[in-house]
Amino acid sequence: MSILVDRRSRVICQGFTGKQGTFHSEQAILYGSNLVGGVTPGRGGERHLDRPVFNTVHDAVGATGADVSMIYVPAPFAADAILEAADAGIRLIVCITEGIPVNDMIKVKAALAGHRCRLVGPNCPGVITPGECKVGIMPGFIHKPGRIGIVSRSGTLTYEAVFQTTSLGLGQSSCVGIGGDPVRGMNFVDVIALFEKDERTAGIVMVGEIGGSDEEAAADYIRRHVSKPVVAYIAGVTAPAGKRMGHAGAVIAGGKGTAADKYAALEAAGVRTVRSPAELGSAMKTALAGRRRRARKR
Amino acid sequence: MNLHEYQSKRIFRDSGIPVPAGMIAATEAEAIAAAGELAGPVWVVKAQVHAGGRGKAGGIKLCRSAQEVGSAAAAMLGQRLVTRQTGAQGLPVNLVYIESGSAIERELYLSVLLNRDLGRIAFVASAAGGMDIEEVAAKEPQKILRIDVDPAAGLQGYQCRRLAFGLGLAGDLVAQFERIARALYGLYLERDLGLIEINPLIVTKDGRLVALDAKINVEENALYRQPALVELRDPSQEDAMERAASEHDLNYVSLDGNIACMVNGAGLAMATMDLIKLHGGAPANFLDVGGTATAERVTAAFRLILSNERVRAVLVNIFGGIVRCDVIAEGIVQAVLQVGVSVPVIVRLEGTNADRARKVLKASKLAITPANDLTDAATKAVRSASRGARR
Repeated sequence: MSILVDRRSRVICQGFTGKQGTFHSEQAILYGSNLVGGVTPGRGGERHLDRPVFNTVHDAVGATGADVSMIYVPAPFAADAILEAADAGIRLIVCITEGIPVNDMIKVKAALAGHRCRLVGPNCPGVITPGECKVGIMPGFIHKPGRIGIVSRSGTLTYEAVFQTTSLGLGQSSCVGIGGDPVRGMNFVDVIALFEKDERTAGIVMVGEIGGSDEEAAADYIRRHVSKPVVAYIAGVTAPAGKRMGHAGAVIAGGKGTAADKYAALEAAGVRTVRSPAELGSAMKTALAGRRRRARKR
Repeated sequence: MNLHEYQSKRIFRDSGIPVPAGMIAATEAEAIAAAGELAGPVWVVKAQVHAGGRGKAGGIKLCRSAQEVGSAAAAMLGQRLVTRQTGAQGLPVNLVYIESGSAIERELYLSVLLNRDLGRIAFVASAAGGMDIEEVAAKEPQKILRIDVDPAAGLQGYQCRRLAFGLGLAGDLVAQFERIARALYGLYLERDLGLIEINPLIVTKDGRLVALDAKINVEENALYRQPALVELRDPSQEDAMERAASEHDLNYVSLDGNIACMVNGAGLAMATMDLIKLHGGAPANFLDVGGTATAERVTAAFRLILSNERVRAVLVNIFGGIVRCDVIAEGIVQAVLQVGVSVPVIVRLEGTNADRARKVLKASKLAITPANDLTDAATKAVRSASRGARR
């Protein structure tokens, strides 16, 4: 088991023949993802990376039975690409594109409410189930099939958590980068709910950052619904208020969204928090060991 | 991207949102001339800087004659205004805005912004205008009114009326309020704004709603399709280092400490700052060199962070995923050679080809300290910075 993607996922790439789309599609194929084709308007009928190219997502879905799409189209056209995927019946849309205008995402989010699909991102590294399917820009080789579910708003910090859990022999069930934008698809709560239900996942690593209140919402959800150990780190304790820290969504606005508030909410919910990202892996290992000891005593 | 008050008010006027009559002035003479053209008997001189808190900082002056307007303008122009939002250096006052005074009956607060939790545009209003809205929210949350707009349906009349009646408005003022709210919603969408704030929105003695102040922030991601707004950018109001960084496509934020950071990825860059603090040091900056940390970018980044006089050590923290660590290591070596780095450089490289990268750094014979992991890197950087004057 895993969440969102596995070896049965049939993946297409939107923006397939572009530079980013080509590079990361190639990487996904090398990793073993079942990439069944791609979409570039006007290039339908050609072949690219030994896969068929389609003019529309509808054509691609019709011909290949694709159920997952990864999007690399430039920001001005990305909202359109997401909605096209949703309309064509794609089950999981992973949008890597950075820099989509917020007003576009407001419309996308509202329009997706009427579809039976999930959106991951935008402005995210993507989703991976180690050893099965990689949909995104993450370096595949640092992952290892295992028991830890990782969910994060940051790309490179996800890799840190992956690297540590791999080094400690824990491995990952699935890793989901939910992205650094203020308006996005899946949030912490959605992903954590899937990890809680997933049989393979034994523990959850959550990497948050300043801005918004999704970490606080996650804390509330964890307190009420999550039985598995959760380890969390929040980036941006030292970030000044009112400054956008790289990610569009990483900003403390009107005194809201500080790291201190998020840590407090998570700790009150019984989440094991770490003040250094270097301790994510070891804290998870300790949490799992503690759980096993308690189980044996019972 | 922030706009000046006078720019925001021009946009308001063009959209039918009432503002006081006003003119900008860059000199004392222009200020006196402006007072001559604008109706008296009272004028307001307002320093044009990208920061709130101007009133308490002496950046807003009430004047009773053209002469007073002239001297108030002369006192502000060419100075740096320090408010609670600017930091100690303040911001330069290159322009003042002269307005006819208004007869104020009541002061309200109104803003339009993103509700991140819902992914919808929200209006926030309060009868406690003219005050710091964060303070009102903290002390008297019952005085804050909010509505969220369904993006498909758009702003509805009932929502405007709820806010208007909630603010205690009556009669024609309710209709005036709805016109203003609809104009603001239109602006927010058409101009891709990130924030509109009117504090205060006043009720005049003769029963009119007028925007006495105006603050507009334009959403950065949408600047590519708002060329007219990009024209309104005022670089003099931006941090010089941050401006230089944006020219190189680097994500940079100035901080007060003495340990410069160079990191790939925004999250890891914030985490690196936090680690420095955790180990007793203080970061000099946030810097995300992005996913593709080429030799050119690394060199540009080194130049930038070293132009900060306070810097006593540099911490490079890269997790090489798609980008190979040995390529980055070569970039660092080149940069250190080219830029002539005079402070200790601590480098932590992890990920693809990290071993090869360490060899590259060692073979360079440069004064680069390799670090084994995140904690080691932070500890070494803090130790070096506390030791060090610049060579």
